[in-house]
Amino acid sequence: MRPQQFNILKDVDKPLLIIYLILVFIGVANVYAAEIDGSHKAILDFSHNHGKQILFAAISLLIASIILSVDIKIFTSFSYAIYWFFILVLISVLIFGTEIKATKAWFQIGGFAIQPSEFAKFATAMVIAKYISSVKGTTIKFKNRLKAFILIAIPTALVLMQNDTGTTLVFGAFVFVLYREGYVSGIILAFIAMAIFLFVLTLLINEIYIIAGIVSLTIIISIIIRKKKTEILQLIGVCILLSAYVYSVDYCFENILQHHQKERITVLIDDEIDMRGPGYNLNQSKIAIGSGGLWGKGYLEGTQTKFDFVPEQGTDFIFCTIGEEWGFAGSTTLILIYMIFLIRIVLLAEKQRSIFSRIYGYSVASILFFHFAINIGMTIGLVPVIGIPLPFLSYGGSSMVGFTILLFIFLKLDAKKLER
Amino acid sequence: MLINQQTNSYLNRKFVIITIFVVIGLVFIVRLFSLQVLDTSYKLSASRNILRHITDYPARGLIYDRNGELLVHNEPFYDLMVIPGQVGEIDTVSFCNLTGITIESFERRMQNAKQFSYHRGSIFIGQIEKDSYAYIQEHLHKFPGFYVQSRTLRNYVYPVAAHIFGYVGEASQRIIDNNPYYQPGDYVGISGIEKYYEEFLRGEKGVKIKVVDALGREIGPYQDERYDTIAIAGEDLYTTLDIDLQIYGEKLMQNKIGSIVAIEPSSGEILSMVSTPNYDPNLLVGRVRTQNFLSLYSDTLKPIFNRALMAEYPPGSVFKVISTLIGLQEGVVQPNTRLYCPGYYQSRGITVRCREHKNPVDLTGSIKYSCNTYAANLFRNVIDQDKYKNIQESFTTWRDHVTSFGLGNVFNNDLPYELSGIVANSDYYDNIYGSNGWSSLTILSLGIGQGELGTTPMQLANVAATIGNRGFYKTPHIVRAIDDPENKNSKFNNKKYSTIDEEHFDFIAESMFQVVDEGTGRFSRIEDIEMAGKTGTVQNPHGENHSVFIAFAPKDDPEIAISVVIENSGYGATWAAPVASLMIEKYLTRQVERKWFEQRILDANFINPEKHPDKQ
Repeated sequence: MRPQQFNILKDVDKPLLIIYLILVFIGVANVYAAEIDGSHKAILDFSHNHGKQILFAAISLLIASIILSVDIKIFTSFSYAIYWFFILVLISVLIFGTEIKATKAWFQIGGFAIQPSEFAKFATAMVIAKYISSVKGTTIKFKNRLKAFILIAIPTALVLMQNDTGTTLVFGAFVFVLYREGYVSGIILAFIAMAIFLFVLTLLINEIYIIAGIVSLTIIISIIIRKKKTEILQLIGVCILLSAYVYSVDYCFENILQHHQKERITVLIDDEIDMRGPGYNLNQSKIAIGSGGLWGKGYLEGTQTKFDFVPEQGTDFIFCTIGEEWGFAGSTTLILIYMIFLIRIVLLAEKQRSIFSRIYGYSVASILFFHFAINIGMTIGLVPVIGIPLPFLSYGGSSMVGFTILLFIFLKLDAKKLER
Repeated sequence: MLINQQTNSYLNRKFVIITIFVVIGLVFIVRLFSLQVLDTSYKLSASRNILRHITDYPARGLIYDRNGELLVHNEPFYDLMVIPGQVGEIDTVSFCNLTGITIESFERRMQNAKQFSYHRGSIFIGQIEKDSYAYIQEHLHKFPGFYVQSRTLRNYVYPVAAHIFGYVGEASQRIIDNNPYYQPGDYVGISGIEKYYEEFLRGEKGVKIKVVDALGREIGPYQDERYDTIAIAGEDLYTTLDIDLQIYGEKLMQNKIGSIVAIEPSSGEILSMVSTPNYDPNLLVGRVRTQNFLSLYSDTLKPIFNRALMAEYPPGSVFKVISTLIGLQEGVVQPNTRLYCPGYYQSRGITVRCREHKNPVDLTGSIKYSCNTYAANLFRNVIDQDKYKNIQESFTTWRDHVTSFGLGNVFNNDLPYELSGIVANSDYYDNIYGSNGWSSLTILSLGIGQGELGTTPMQLANVAATIGNRGFYKTPHIVRAIDDPENKNSKFNNKKYSTIDEEHFDFIAESMFQVVDEGTGRFSRIEDIEMAGKTGTVQNPHGENHSVFIAFAPKDDPEIAISVVIENSGYGATWAAPVASLMIEKYLTRQVERKWFEQRILDANFINPEKHPDKQ
């Protein structure tokens, strides 16, 4: 029999584990790159971010090995308890928490600030997996959908109350999970995609043209399928719905969004906006990435990030450092690594024999995907500037530990190959 | 597989999800390709090129006097900057020859610059003059990583009013830590109006981004100056100062310790504020600042100390005008109340001496001749009134009257670092004597402006202004408009009324007029100008008395109110009153006719005791 300490890696999916380690390593290396400015600082310097990031990585690995060592039933059996515990923590952070950058999402403990919403993600993933896997019968009732929705809505609302728009959006990731389990139909998913598409379009083009476009499309399709009366009626209904939506988007944008929220969106679409004012972050981010060229400037050779042009360069804008120093080659490689990582999680989730494990796996993939999409989209000007971390790469203890827990519970579930 | 049967009907949905993942990934890759490979505008012209951010320092706001005359402007100078990360192998010896510094100094400066930042510029040699700049600039291309940045320094047109302007110095670490606007080496107003109006004067820094090649040569602006910001010059200050009067005042006060404050009563605008010994404000500019500051600082006559705002003197007999107004307001005395002065006031072993003068005196006479006996009687009558329960209550009433003239408190105006002066309250006496242990006699010296009273020259001038205005003052201030002379500063426009009814002021103004016309101040009378004033001679335990005088003129609708304090010089009538008289003549007629009278003041020297005019 092999010694105990080797057993924890038994049956753990090696490709995922290796990619995880690669991402953490890239993260530490780039947090270091974003920070040093010529005077070479010691690698293990805990007074600087890169030193702390190494510390966070070490803590994460410790927690990962604990997760791999314990009995998996702790997670499957106590899902609700864990969930409600973190709901309580989210409530208490609203009352007792510290406000950092207008977001009341932190507990200040000594020199470190802990962000409980990072842990609420895996707690919600577990409770959704637990609930959906426990639903009996072959048809999904309205009651089931409602309950699943409420379980997601509670932490979402609490995070929104912290004024943390980014993390709130991440809870939208569960749409994929619900879709996969049949709780959300393809039409709704298509509608969401359509809504996002039309939203952006409305901001770019006068809404009259869009409504005209929708109406003429409806007329053309109606003529083609003129024989099918019911379909034409449905089509006209959809047409009215979409037109109303386009109109209301315009209205909401002009009248309801707060000034800073509006600015974050207008900088994306308006080239003429003042690059030193609201557009500064995005513009500096694009300059940093754009100046990387095909092959990049080389490790530690980036000037844009090191000149402090790019704000939050170690945390939310870590991708800038990669884009600048490693160029198109490096940033594309990173995106490909991420793609492989996410698809591997989805495929593994599908291989699970237990519904709990499958749903949990999907949750992991969806949450990581949302972070990935919003964070990188933001740095390259495709998504409004929303401050959320790039999993495993961005500087930050709470996110590093939170994502590690999220992932390793899945690795443990997968290794155990639960029967149910 | 029964359990999975239902959900497995959604098995194909995994492809939809994976497709979404892949599509987003591809969109990102396409976007990155366009950003990083196709769009060259984000790239710098060559892969190793770097940007240099040159701070564009705004010109500090100019300062004008009340007639639009320029008082303070800026002169350009140059800083030699270094970016340590761009300094390659250079010939240190020839660099030192070029700039005239030693090798050790070079090493030390480089060490400091590295400590600040490898990639951001910091000052290597500060404040190079124009001529050296031209020479250095010519050879600078041999030394990558070094460049020159231009800035401006203050220049004062007249060597006066240093205490008003204050000075500008490099921002301290504390200022830098507390205010993100400031970087090491930036200038900030440290005292005077340079400090108070710093946020208006400093303007807004701009930045020019230059593309620089590997040798540190500027290739040109980055992206057609698209990201450059232009420095916005600071806003100009239009002061209330009359520079001619200020120059004249500082001249009159040469070789004297003390101060003059002149205010326009109707507006509270400070016409001049003199504190001597003074210094040339140009001494605290540029490279010589630190050295000059140290020598001014260690000067035993304390030229940096602004006596007009920070020296507290007992007001002496000048205080009798307030005392009398309180007597009238409280109804304990009438203009026709007469008293025979035996040359002293005596009660229960306490004696206050008086000088010889006409007898008997009425209320006007008591001011005209500054009768201490009258003042002592009056003060006791106010404090010992039957209508108050105890001395605490009557004293507090008295004190409230006094402080309503702006005494015992700071003005909180636009001149930083003022002292509040002293007007002790009844607790103070309770603590010393016990609540039953003091009477009007204990505090009798207050009645003649001595004792627990401290007033700054600014406060004394404000008392004169309040009487000139017949009962109110506007907070004295030094800046009347910012940026545009028409953009009037309304912050100090409120009338602050004293607790004395308006009807009593004409009487006191008339009495003060008689002080100058035929009383203690008659020596300083000016032909054709109705000047009202009050002399004061402040007992000084450390030497010769301080000479004090307050005045306003013309008597009705005054245009100027003034206080003069000359330390260790003697009687108020002999020194302070003539100075005030000359200032008023200068301000109202723009010239001084009484040349011998002026010369006497200019010749007087109270700093060197050997030259004291009374000893010659």
